[in-house]
Amino acid sequence: MKGKHLVEICIKLLFIMMGIVICMPVFFVITGSVMGSYDLEECLAPVFREGQGFVTWKLIPDYPTIEHYGKLLFQTPQFFVLFWNSMRMTGLILAGQLLVGVPAAWAFAVYQVRGSRLLFGLYIVLMLMPFQVTMLSSYLVLSRLSLLNTQLAVILPAVFSTFPIFLTYGGFRELPAELFEAARIDGAGELYIFLRIGLPLGKGGMLSAFVLGFLEYWNMLEQPLAFLEDQALWPLSLYLPQISWTQAGFAFCASVIMLLPAVFVFIIGQDYLEQGIVYAGLKG
Amino acid sequence: MRRSSAIYRRKRRAFAGFLFCSLSGVTVFVLLPFLDVIKRSLTTAVTGDFIGGVNYRRVFENQAFRLAVQNTLRFTGVCIPLLVILGLAVALPLSRLRETELIKSLYLFPLALPTATVVIVWRMFFYAADFESLVVSYIWRNLGYTVVLWVAGIKGIPGEILEAARVDGAGRLQSLLRVELPNLKGSFYTIVVLSFLNSFKIYREAYLVAGSYPKQEIYLLQHLFNNWFVNLELDKLAAAAVCVGGVLFVGIMLLQYFWDRER
Repeated sequence: MKGKHLVEICIKLLFIMMGIVICMPVFFVITGSVMGSYDLEECLAPVFREGQGFVTWKLIPDYPTIEHYGKLLFQTPQFFVLFWNSMRMTGLILAGQLLVGVPAAWAFAVYQVRGSRLLFGLYIVLMLMPFQVTMLSSYLVLSRLSLLNTQLAVILPAVFSTFPIFLTYGGFRELPAELFEAARIDGAGELYIFLRIGLPLGKGGMLSAFVLGFLEYWNMLEQPLAFLEDQALWPLSLYLPQISWTQAGFAFCASVIMLLPAVFVFIIGQDYLEQGIVYAGLKG
Repeated sequence: MRRSSAIYRRKRRAFAGFLFCSLSGVTVFVLLPFLDVIKRSLTTAVTGDFIGGVNYRRVFENQAFRLAVQNTLRFTGVCIPLLVILGLAVALPLSRLRETELIKSLYLFPLALPTATVVIVWRMFFYAADFESLVVSYIWRNLGYTVVLWVAGIKGIPGEILEAARVDGAGRLQSLLRVELPNLKGSFYTIVVLSFLNSFKIYREAYLVAGSYPKQEIYLLQHLFNNWFVNLELDKLAAAAVCVGGVLFVGIMLLQYFWDRER
């Protein structure tokens, strides 16, 4: 029995070590953000020479410094504009999805009427279509509504994405139908049942959709790349990679700051994230 | 059977009410414009004259399109089986351990990292931006949820079935092959669908590391769509969107068919 226990601990340690290797890139970014310009230049020399030799990297820099953070936070107001762009677009998309998607998920989860299966099938198909297939359609609508090169061009199509509906649906499906029947017999209206029973009890699915949605839209690239020409409207996710290697310290700091909200949501929303992944796997 | 009872009518009304916003949005932003795309794929870009399948022929004869289709198929053909098998290889021992929250968090963590912030690390190590580096970064990002799904599937197998197999004298391997794997078909479909959905997002890494015109071996359909879009070659883009959309539609339908038959 004792031997079995030991084996278990060893396997666990192995898994944890693999996990730490997987998370390595974060440590690299953090280290880079506190390295001095001279250190950075030395370490990144192979990159400048276009792939001769290998990058050497230290986990703890010899002379840690926060000079780049200072420069980023106090001398580059543009950075805040882009950070705010990311926040605003992500926030509005999630709010819109909540307003539109939650009732839709409720409709699919609770009411089995003629045609509802077919519509749900349509929603699944739409959920699985990659951006590239719907890019031209979105472009045509957005140009007709003269929304191109405004942030609404990114926000509106995302609000009607069917992916969060699927996750929220998973949460509502877990509720027993008898509960609603009982409420109906007691004379409750359908809206009342949704607001007073569905929303509080089906929170899990909604929070899953929120966590997965935040990580997705905080990271969005395809939509702003296609529909936003004006750099001042860009989200951070599109702007960051444009910073050149000559400003490496700045780029690392900006990366760390961009990481923070995502890591924050990941940590507080971990259980819902995992739940959401499992919901995404449930089907009708 | 006539289902015109008051309750049914009430449910139908509620269904329509709750779905209204979403369905009108989907109609305006996706369905109607896609009909427009189909129309455009059959007409000339400038004058709008009907030209039948000419755009489609131009797309199929296009060298860049062929290359992109080939590369995309190769990428998904390599990545999805690799991800599914790796995920299972991690999940099988992991599902037998207790208190695995920390391990799962570590594996899921890449999902939370914005591509823009890891690209800077990718550019340090993978400046080659070749096929292999795309595969590595895809597996790196997607392994976590694959493991979570497999573990959820394995834990969902009723204990009695495994117990029964053991009583009948099945060994470890036999029980895995004959009992566990057949019970995991649902998880398998889910994982394949989600990994496929996410395989299109590898464009983020590819684009941010290597731009619009990367090495030939990683020129994907996503690059092609984006470049045609930027160059306003909308007639070809329409035909290509209809083709790719159509192929995916058939694929999804087949998958749903098998999925439903499985139950």
